[in-house]
Amino acid sequence: MAAISFTLNGELRQESSVSPTMTALDFLRENAGLTGTKEGCAEGDCGACTIVMVRNGADRLEAVMACLLVVGQLDGAQVVTVEGLTERGGELESVQQAIVTQDGTQCGFCTPGFVMALYALRHSGETVTDEVIHDALAGNLCRCTGYRSIVDAARTACSVSGKDNINSRDDSNTLPASDAYEAGGQLYFAPKTIDALIARRVEYPDAPLLSGGTDLGLLFSKERQKFPVTIYTQNVDELRRIEEDDTSFTIGAAATYTEALPYIEAEYASFGVLIRRIGSRQIRNVGTIGGNIGNASPIGDTPPCLIALDSVLTLRGPNGAREISLEDFFLDYRKTDLAKDEIIENVRVPKLGNGQIFRTYKISKRYDQDISSVIGAFRLTLENGVVTAARIAFGGMAAVPKRAIGCEAALTGAVWSEDAVRQAAAAIEEDFSPIDDHRASAAYRLRVAANLFVRLYRDLEGADDVEVMAL
Amino acid sequence: MSVDSDIVGAVHAKVRHDSARGHVTGEARYIDDMPMLPGTLEVVLVTSPHPHAGIVSIDVSAARSADGVRAVMSADDIPGVNDVGPVFEDEPVLAAGFVDYVGAPVVAIAADSYDQARNAAALVTVEYDVRPAVLEIEQALEQELYTYPPQFMTIGEPEAAIAKASHRIDGEVRCGGQDHFYLEGHIAMAIPHDNGDLDVYSSTQHPSEVQHGVAHVLGVPTNAVTVEVRRMGGAFGGKESQATIFAAIAAVLADRCGQPVKIRLRRDDDMIMTGKRHDFLFRYDVGFDDDGRIEGVDILMAMRSGNVADLSPGVLARALCHADNCYYLPNARLRGYPCKTNTVSNTAFRGFGGPQGMLVIETVIEHIARTLGRSVDEVRAVNYYGAEDRNVTPYQQRVKDNIIVALVDRLRSEIDFDGMLQAVDSFNASHETLKKGIAMMPVKFGVSFNTPKLNQAGALVHVYTDGSVHLNHGGTEMGQGLFTKVAQVVASVFEIDLDNIKISSTRTDKVPNTSATAASSGSDLNGMAAFNATNTIKARMAEVAASHFETSVDAIEFRQNRVYAGNESLSFADLAQLTWDERVSLSATGYYSTPGLHWDAKSLIGNPFYYFAYGAAVSQVVIDTLTGESRVLRTDILQDCGNSLNPAIDLGQIEGAFIQGQGWLTSEELVWDESGRLLTHGPSTYKIPGSRDVPREFNVHILEDAPNREPTIFRSKAVGEPPLMLALSVWLAIRDAVSRVVDHRHMPHLDAPATPEAILMAVDDIRRRDSQTTTAAKV
Ligand SMILES: Cc1cc2nc3c(=O)[nH]c(=O)nc-3n(C[C@H](O)[C@H](O)[C@H](O)COP(=O)(O)OP(=O)(O)OC[C@H]3O[C@@H](n4cnc5c(N)ncnc54)[C@H](O)[C@@H]3O)c2cc1C
Ligand code: FES
Ligand code: FES
Repeated sequence: MAAISFTLNGELRQESSVSPTMTALDFLRENAGLTGTKEGCAEGDCGACTIVMVRNGADRLEAVMACLLVVGQLDGAQVVTVEGLTERGGELESVQQAIVTQDGTQCGFCTPGFVMALYALRHSGETVTDEVIHDALAGNLCRCTGYRSIVDAARTACSVSGKDNINSRDDSNTLPASDAYEAGGQLYFAPKTIDALIARRVEYPDAPLLSGGTDLGLLFSKERQKFPVTIYTQNVDELRRIEEDDTSFTIGAAATYTEALPYIEAEYASFGVLIRRIGSRQIRNVGTIGGNIGNASPIGDTPPCLIALDSVLTLRGPNGAREISLEDFFLDYRKTDLAKDEIIENVRVPKLGNGQIFRTYKISKRYDQDISSVIGAFRLTLENGVVTAARIAFGGMAAVPKRAIGCEAALTGAVWSEDAVRQAAAAIEEDFSPIDDHRASAAYRLRVAANLFVRLYRDLEGADDVEVMAL
Repeated sequence: MSVDSDIVGAVHAKVRHDSARGHVTGEARYIDDMPMLPGTLEVVLVTSPHPHAGIVSIDVSAARSADGVRAVMSADDIPGVNDVGPVFEDEPVLAAGFVDYVGAPVVAIAADSYDQARNAAALVTVEYDVRPAVLEIEQALEQELYTYPPQFMTIGEPEAAIAKASHRIDGEVRCGGQDHFYLEGHIAMAIPHDNGDLDVYSSTQHPSEVQHGVAHVLGVPTNAVTVEVRRMGGAFGGKESQATIFAAIAAVLADRCGQPVKIRLRRDDDMIMTGKRHDFLFRYDVGFDDDGRIEGVDILMAMRSGNVADLSPGVLARALCHADNCYYLPNARLRGYPCKTNTVSNTAFRGFGGPQGMLVIETVIEHIARTLGRSVDEVRAVNYYGAEDRNVTPYQQRVKDNIIVALVDRLRSEIDFDGMLQAVDSFNASHETLKKGIAMMPVKFGVSFNTPKLNQAGALVHVYTDGSVHLNHGGTEMGQGLFTKVAQVVASVFEIDLDNIKISSTRTDKVPNTSATAASSGSDLNGMAAFNATNTIKARMAEVAASHFETSVDAIEFRQNRVYAGNESLSFADLAQLTWDERVSLSATGYYSTPGLHWDAKSLIGNPFYYFAYGAAVSQVVIDTLTGESRVLRTDILQDCGNSLNPAIDLGQIEGAFIQGQGWLTSEELVWDESGRLLTHGPSTYKIPGSRDVPREFNVHILEDAPNREPTIFRSKAVGEPPLMLALSVWLAIRDAVSRVVDHRHMPHLDAPATPEAILMAVDDIRRRDSQTTTAAKV
């Protein structure tokens, strides 16, 4: 079978004996001898392993976490590590120089990751504000510096947009992506069409479907699992598509958060803010809404929003496609209605109709890159001061993302007022009996979920003090 | 000591970290980046799943025959002494007979690859007989279970003073622990030599202790083991004593297999298996006068020591020595209990008990203020140490260098503190659900190891005949810039540009018997040792120059890379060559021990600190009374660094320490389940601050023209730890915000860390109490 080919710092690599599920980080450090990329956690949360890549066919340079990426996912990509920015002894790249100038290193262990995250920012063409810098650095932890110096470096180095010199350095950016690979008894399939994907799924119903790998990747990086067969979805063009019509968006299961964000944020600003709080850029550049749904975690962030928005999933199997309302998809803790031979094809999200408003609020210990203790999503239809319809869903409150039926009932038909909202909030305790865990106690979850109704009211009334981050 | 200099990289200059370029290019090597010798084995540990259990049997047969496995080791296989306790012999490398925390290493497996070792580890079966476990501080207190005898510090007549004071209050508060979360986890690599000697690369703040520990465990003399560390990817106290156990395991396995052995803890294992900052339970009883002046205080400070003593005695002593912070306590009884629990032994962490000691006294001050209806700062003002009188600490050291009042006044006036207070009031008056809070935090931190004998250091300096200089000392580089600072000292003494000084790895065969790089004293101690070594060589070179120029030694001057005698001069390099030609040694060791220290560890009386470092911070926060979320809006800091050796590095230390402290007090929450398992063992569940958590406006200044009154190295002051405690301003500001919900009528019940949940619960609680008292008042 074919080799996995990609360019690494401009040089073509063709790997035919490396395990396809070896993490990119291990590959870089152990096989390629590139030890500038560090391991700080192997769970995607520290950023020390940040590298940059241009994926097959894409025109964007993206920061990603090498610890959660597997070698198979590098196929057809151009990969740049910190070693690729500067010749040994040569002039520093401008992000590197800025960090040096601002005294932005202490122990230095986090530094290559910051360099790469900022390198990606510098090439993103964005207007660099503090907001954008924090957004770009949300995935990078530094325990020494206190960040001020690094943020200052970002301000100077990233205000001048960089010339994307990756393409010029590489021979080609359209290396052939192979659709099957085998090494050491492990099979790795990367089908390019949905039919081929279904065929593999039917052939290997127990093989994991790998999308961005920001959930699944933990099995490779931390659990060190070596699945005999892995099926990768992100080479299927149909699954990467995002379509928009007058009434809805159809988001392919393998479209990344980064790709979906512009559509979502234009229609539901609050959902856009939420997406920016899912993981970090490195995570969102590969992670998908499809994976968030497929993962079926009770604390996934998008399902409550998508349920409140009355979204519909298209599942596809050997016998064709079927539709299912997202709220019916989640059966129990980590159990879904997906059959063993099916895949999630896309999710259709209705646009907001007349009088409809949407808000979502995520509560976590840390604002950025944290898993929700509670997330509430609200779609209300307001007509002449009356709530004519309400769809409200919460995450972190039950074994599955779930609608707050009692709260919805209390609000529906009520005159929009703080009183009505408080009454709806009171129904929280009937709708949910959450659990205690390391993120929050059940009592806190109930209290906050109820209070989010008050926040919603004040938000819709235009209060200027809805969230601490507004100050 | 001259300080004006035209050389590049003299002391007091803003010199960049020597490895900055290596950091940004990824070329700076950490142990895991070292090329592996062929045949290097990797280690995985089998650890205890129980907080307390007897080991009935261990079956390693399946593991032994698994793929790639070269050695499987349990306690019985340790050739020397199965102990790595830094102070007491109570800390086994591998559990023998019983386990007393979750994560205790029981079996070590070395295999050709990490994955093979891991697979083999899964094949080990250990039969346990589970015993009752003590998991909470209170339980240990009740059962009087300690890892070391409780420590009591007493001054004056506290009981009587409290009893006869016009006001008396008591209370309880707690603070959580903190994981170090250095980005580079624990790692060691041992390379055996043909004669039984071993080289050990260890990510440690204390190479000498690793050397002794390894030798002890191997049963060989200390001189058979050489430990080297070039740099660590962060340490913060977490690699002061904790590195030894892993180095010892690698060493024993390397010795057994005759092959190099590497052990690197993955993040979860690192967090589960190694100690953290001590969490504390505090109870206080205080008597004070109408102005809030403390007349007598009794404070119980119960720390979670964990399963063994480790460094807890020192941490507890420092906590007791900082429960005064900047305040004169004429009558005090400070009671420290190192509670023995079936959790991993807690250890050193930046501040070493100081932050916890200060947290409780600041709570006391705030409680007094709320009780009297005064501002916290008014109460502070009447309690600050005096200059001439009211200046004796509870451990009977006189505070001679007190500058806190002037420093606080300066900070307050520079930022218009009163204006800020008004702005907070008016914001709160016009906002319903968000509430702002503001607080100042003064800090006085004692510098020196509490244990006098540790306050010594050595250095080794060579000058080569081309004038280049090799520098070595006992201090380790963990990112704090110590190597750069000490090199600046050498450059300044020789009056040569900094780039002539080669900084080298810390090695136990170059400078022996060193202390840990800790207690903020790295540059105080090693800077002085290097200063002395350099001066020894300089004096010899001066003599050679004097005879060369046929003048007296007094007439010789080292200036700007040259050596002058009146109008005649030689380059430093030429003089180096000449010195060699004259058969005079160009190599010297230097030694330093801090003068004037004494400490009686029984009575807790003495002069443990050479001097104090001062600082103050004001923080403004906003909290959401619906969700408990908070944000730090602004922080202003003024920190005393004496005559800073390197203001660029010191600024980084202040900022970094502050943010680390802020994390401890806000988002970093360690959660254990009822079976003693840590649930927050990775960055996905344990949240250290990110870039957005830095105060939105963050103004940090170093106090200028503030030479240390003691003759420290170029009159500088230590800076590693003191600013961490400034972060208490954030916690106090959050408490202030909670208290403002009821217009300061009540004391908030809010422990640290102030997570969103803790804040929301405190808001609900203070409202409940307020409505009860207002209803009661109406009746
Ligand atoms: C550092 C970090 C931070 C994170 N932060 C957040 C956060 O803030 N909020 C949040 O909700 N999540 C968060 N996550 C979790 C994760 O990023 C999301 O769940 C993400 O959406 C998963 O998408 P993916 O494409 O990476 O999925 P993968 O990991 O590839 O797959 C996840 C699961 O979905 C299945 N799957 C994928 N595609 C399909 C398909 N087409 N059909 C059927 N099944 C499929 C997979 O088999 C797997 O079981 C975080 C993860 C990391 C590592
Ligand atoms: S190693 Fe921490 S994010 Fe990859
Ligand atoms: S410089 Fe040490 S973690 Fe960032």
